[in-house]
Amino acid sequence: MAKLTRRAFMISGGLAGGGLLLGYAFTPNRLALRAPATAERVWLTSWVSVNADNSSTVLVPQAEMGQGIFTALPMMLAEEMEADWDLVEVKPAPAEGMYVTDDIAQGFTVGEVQAPKSLQRFLDYAFYKAANLKNLQLTGGSSSVRFTGQWGMRVAGAAAKEMLIRAAATRWGVAPATCRARRSQVLHAASGRQASFAELATEAARFKPSLTPALKDPQDYALRGKSLQRLDLPDKVAGTLRYGVDLQLDNMQTAAIRHAPCFGGETLSMNADAVRDLPGVRDVLRLPNAVAVTADNYWRAQQAVARLDAKFTDGGNGDFSSEQMFKDLAAVLDGDNLEVDFEQGDGAQALSLAAPDKVVEAEYRAPFLAHATMEPMSCAARLHDGKLEVWAGVQDPLGARALAARTAGLDLEDVVFHPLQMGGGFGRRATMFCGNFIEDAVRVAMQVSYPVKLIWSREEDMQHDYYRPAALSRFRAAVDEQGQPQAWVNRYTDLGVNEDVAAAFIPYQVEHQQIARTPFETPVPVSYWRSVEYSYQGFFIESFIDELAHRAGADPLAYRLKLLARQPRHQALLRLAAEKIGWGGPLPDGVGLGLAIVKSFGSIVAQAARVSLAQGGLRVEKVVSAVDPGALINPAIARAQIESGIIYGMTAALHGEIAIEQGRVAQSNFHDYQMARLATAPRMETHFIESGATIGGMGEVGTPPIAPALCNAVFAAGGPRLRRLPIAAQLSGQTA
Amino acid sequence: MALKLTINGAAKLVEVEPEMPLLWFLRDELGLTAAKYGCGIAVCGACTVHVNGKAVRSCVLPLAAVEEGAEVTTLEGLAARGAHPVQQAWVEHQAPQCGYCQPGMIMAVAALLKDNPNPTEDEVNARITNICRCGSYQAVRAALESLRAKATGAPPAA
Repeated sequence: MAKLTRRAFMISGGLAGGGLLLGYAFTPNRLALRAPATAERVWLTSWVSVNADNSSTVLVPQAEMGQGIFTALPMMLAEEMEADWDLVEVKPAPAEGMYVTDDIAQGFTVGEVQAPKSLQRFLDYAFYKAANLKNLQLTGGSSSVRFTGQWGMRVAGAAAKEMLIRAAATRWGVAPATCRARRSQVLHAASGRQASFAELATEAARFKPSLTPALKDPQDYALRGKSLQRLDLPDKVAGTLRYGVDLQLDNMQTAAIRHAPCFGGETLSMNADAVRDLPGVRDVLRLPNAVAVTADNYWRAQQAVARLDAKFTDGGNGDFSSEQMFKDLAAVLDGDNLEVDFEQGDGAQALSLAAPDKVVEAEYRAPFLAHATMEPMSCAARLHDGKLEVWAGVQDPLGARALAARTAGLDLEDVVFHPLQMGGGFGRRATMFCGNFIEDAVRVAMQVSYPVKLIWSREEDMQHDYYRPAALSRFRAAVDEQGQPQAWVNRYTDLGVNEDVAAAFIPYQVEHQQIARTPFETPVPVSYWRSVEYSYQGFFIESFIDELAHRAGADPLAYRLKLLARQPRHQALLRLAAEKIGWGGPLPDGVGLGLAIVKSFGSIVAQAARVSLAQGGLRVEKVVSAVDPGALINPAIARAQIESGIIYGMTAALHGEIAIEQGRVAQSNFHDYQMARLATAPRMETHFIESGATIGGMGEVGTPPIAPALCNAVFAAGGPRLRRLPIAAQLSGQTA
Repeated sequence: MALKLTINGAAKLVEVEPEMPLLWFLRDELGLTAAKYGCGIAVCGACTVHVNGKAVRSCVLPLAAVEEGAEVTTLEGLAARGAHPVQQAWVEHQAPQCGYCQPGMIMAVAALLKDNPNPTEDEVNARITNICRCGSYQAVRAALESLRAKATGAPPAA
């Protein structure tokens, strides 16, 4: 089995330095490595070295936050390279101090990624777009396998293999086509000659890597499609893995912080004298929107910060409440300020012509949500001689570095960023969008002379997140005599982080459609949350289509299938999920089955949920997923991601709500922002259909269908039609 | 205060404020960071360690409430090189994702199975209330079931 080495790869001065001393680097753009002054260097997505012992080292530029890419991405490279999996070593991309000044590594850290023009013609649009969106550095958007893997790892591996084969063919005086690579060896079958990758590496490195190497026929895959064991688990079960919050530095102090409770609030005063003499307390610091204490122990710092009696302004938001906001959202949906996402036919006219009893209306609501990663936010920083060092677990080391530089007023070159292990991400650690904990740590470090590790308490984490936006969505449909929709008019509110208009699109065939949004501004900071806008659009759309099916007196599966006549992938998934949950079979009283299907991040996921209302509340018994990601890399990791997405989405659907009262978040910890646990986790079953379509994402796609599948199941079980999330409190004591 | 404890087999003299929770003594005074801070109110279980063989949530356990001479075990001290059956089952069933909650989860499960190698599902649900945001529950359940089956010689339940 391959192994994962935690110590980050180090590059000192190009090809000859550090960890590459024993080997040679292959990248799709190796020439740029030798001429680092060109703009082309930034296109580096991944690379691999062959080492003297015939092992291969694969560097992974993206962040492992539990989703398994430290295993899946190297599998994609090793597959194309024909590297022996037992000889593959995986390392995080450079994180050592010297790498940021190294030209080669700038592609990972600078953030100004532009695919060079000379390369653009080789790249498909998706890759080009991803590079420009910084998706190659940001671990988000379920992009790792789709972009870095598909267009970085695979290409790098195949190019390396071609170079190794050419080296062998040249040495043996035979045609490259007569040689093949297998398990880190190149073989010439006719003569029986073979050479290890290590023997060939020096000569291979003289060839220019192809940007368009021949890729393997999927039927020849030897690694892909196998549930190879994750490489990151031994450290995780031994307790030896150090997360951001575990960082220890020489002379380090730990900081606790208390922010202005209201959004936009500023620091007015604090009583620093009350805590200066407490044991272990080092400094009391005032930040623009917070107060902080540094101490030799986090608990001591926390005790002190609680006693500062800090006063803050309310930022002018003291009268903001989310309940009032939802009323305002309903009012703006009545208004005429709308931006059309999609229009087909004339939805408004079709509605106006329909008889009143043929018009169906419903309004749905989704709340703000916190990310609530298991590891609260933390970041360490040290400012010394005009140079800033920053340590944190983030989804975008590059974005965090740029943010730290901006906060400190330093040039990028004067900032070193050390990526650390993340205890969950889910969008919260995409710091280019929501890096307030990085800013805090830098502001603290700017006031002290020692390295300081800032840890947010759970309460700070929950109350100073960047939240999944709340939304209201209103549907009006005109149906014919059979209950089939002829017009679909949908209007929803847009509080930001709503760039993907396709999230509100429907796969169903409806002649007249108008889908539009109404922007609305609030003081609540919002950002990306696992599956982003799909997390609520999936709930809205799949609930409403279910309502239409029931109104038509139709079976929700048959009703959907009929409207999906032109979507065979969707149909196959719905049929599979329905079959596996026992759709149409006999059910006890109070038990119901619900369906939903959502396409997001390039993958389509159908889910069938079985719930029971028989025990005085809602119980989610089982969830079956049918997933078409186009192609699979590691089925076990993929399944874990789908199940993870279900639990995350189910937790939110049942309990998740961040309410704002008097300008501040009402919830504060896991007692009032409740979580699914072992006892409430449903049995889950996941089936894959590899349709061969373009490979899709996995990290987020399990989340969008679960809320509507549950709500539809509740209705089928004899419960109410649920149009508002979360649902658990609405159902407590509910019996069928 | 001065308190003698045995931590992962080694005798330690504790000389800190009696109100300091065991978690922060372990993490910030001894550098034992496997036990994690998750909520600080004993709800999530990430901080679970063993005190005299019992699973406790160390984030709310003041040192003053730990008895003199108590044996404290953190995940670092559970077994050498991850060799404890629970750790092995966790790898075999690929339970961890981000892994942050797993030290607490593993310690809670190890204590449960030591008390009762053949727990019912209700006992498991009542004792293992640790929160995992990656949603590893199904893999945790499978790993637990494999351990139960191994301990009792019974075939794993479907």
